[in-house]
Amino acid sequence: MSEVKYSKEHEWIKLEGDIATIGITKHATEMLGDIVFAELPEKGSNVEKDGTAGVVESTKAASDVYTPVSGEVVDTNQAIVDDPSKINQDPEDSAWFFKLKIKDQSEMDTLMNKDDYDKFAKETSA
Amino acid sequence: MNTKKTSLYQLHQESKAKFVEFAGYQMPIQYSEGIVEEHKFTRNHSGIFDVSHMGQLFIYGGEDLIKDLEKIFPLDLKNLKLNHSKYSFLMNKDAGIHDDLIITKTNEGFLIILNAACKDNDFKILKELLEEKHKMVLDDNRSLIAIQGPKSSQILNDVIDGVKDLNFMSGNWFSFQDHKVYITRSGYTGEDGFEISIPNDFVDKLTRELINKGSKLIGLGARDTLRLEAGLCLYGHDLDKDKTPVEANLKWAISKERISKGDFIGSDIIIKQLNNGVNKIRVGIKPEGRIIAREKTKIFNKSDVHIGEITSGTFGPSVNGPVAMGYIDNEFSKKNTKVFLEVRGRKHPANICGLPFYKKSYVKGATK
Repeated sequence: MSEVKYSKEHEWIKLEGDIATIGITKHATEMLGDIVFAELPEKGSNVEKDGTAGVVESTKAASDVYTPVSGEVVDTNQAIVDDPSKINQDPEDSAWFFKLKIKDQSEMDTLMNKDDYDKFAKETSA
Repeated sequence: MNTKKTSLYQLHQESKAKFVEFAGYQMPIQYSEGIVEEHKFTRNHSGIFDVSHMGQLFIYGGEDLIKDLEKIFPLDLKNLKLNHSKYSFLMNKDAGIHDDLIITKTNEGFLIILNAACKDNDFKILKELLEEKHKMVLDDNRSLIAIQGPKSSQILNDVIDGVKDLNFMSGNWFSFQDHKVYITRSGYTGEDGFEISIPNDFVDKLTRELINKGSKLIGLGARDTLRLEAGLCLYGHDLDKDKTPVEANLKWAISKERISKGDFIGSDIIIKQLNNGVNKIRVGIKPEGRIIAREKTKIFNKSDVHIGEITSGTFGPSVNGPVAMGYIDNEFSKKNTKVFLEVRGRKHPANICGLPFYKKSYVKGATK
């Protein structure tokens, strides 16, 4: 059983056991435009909920990537660093950013489900 | 303040443009395909840019006007041929740059293309300097579009016969369905191309015809990546009142003949800088990795001394990597000097390099 949740900073998070995979939403990539640079957290480092855990840059500007939950970085996706355009192509699946071993499962409860996020994304971009 | 719209606004909307406010105008930053695709399409095919927000200043006059303008611009306007264009600057007495511009000699005087954000101030300055002796019109009734890229010559020539015989940096009057249009072979992308000055009422029609022939609308986002790859300056970023043409490494645009006389505004400083050198100078900067160093990024030498600042930096789609330019202490301006760029608190290696990042393919014209 895995569940996907969404943050107000336009990250998605998929939890399987205590391992969370995190990336940015399709809506985020549409707002950013062509992504040409990605920076990921270091493997083994600890990140805190709502803290900065990476950077993406489009041709226009740089944006921070936040982590929606706290945990230890257990894996990062080198493929998107080598070819950042993959993030535009498949943001919510193969172009994930990093995986965390999460500390506190209850942090997931503060996040939105798909319907709520879609509504939120629509409202904030209008 | 009300933002202005160009005559192509409706076409931009139909083409699903994302708009930004730029110099008081609603301008398309990109269309649905995005900056990278638009950039590449311009390099490989042909792109149309709405630059109607830029100023089209017509100044009417003959010999007297030439004399008066030579007091202002560091150009040999007397010997400039009819319908030929030059890149130049409007400077203050300290040789600081008010604006960079393209000036073309026409049969009635001169046409000067000015930056959108500067045009009203330029008009004021020029009016004062010329003491209202010559009729000046900053023409809001004309639009300006650029068509750029290797296929542009054929595409435009299919619509307006004869333009493909123009040489680079020269122009002429042509007719589009009986309307007078002034076309120069020029642009700001590093590609062969044209700029077309046309009455507002007909620009939509012309643009749609060019699109039918295979060209595409391109936004300001790609215009920025294209000009930066071509090593061209953007006013307000790479050029401003605190920088001189010599510091901006644009001394090629200053007439040698005029320097020897030294009788234009700012000439004292220009001559001094040409003789004694400058402290800071504009250079190309290529980051070693993929990190993008944007405007205001600080530049350090290998001893960690702050030696300059980036004035433009982005990802270059044709270079397929980051590109930048900036001002640096002259002693570090030699090609291949290793420098460090501070991005988000960390220093990243980069090298000083020659400009452009992307080689131009300007066409000298079919008649030669």
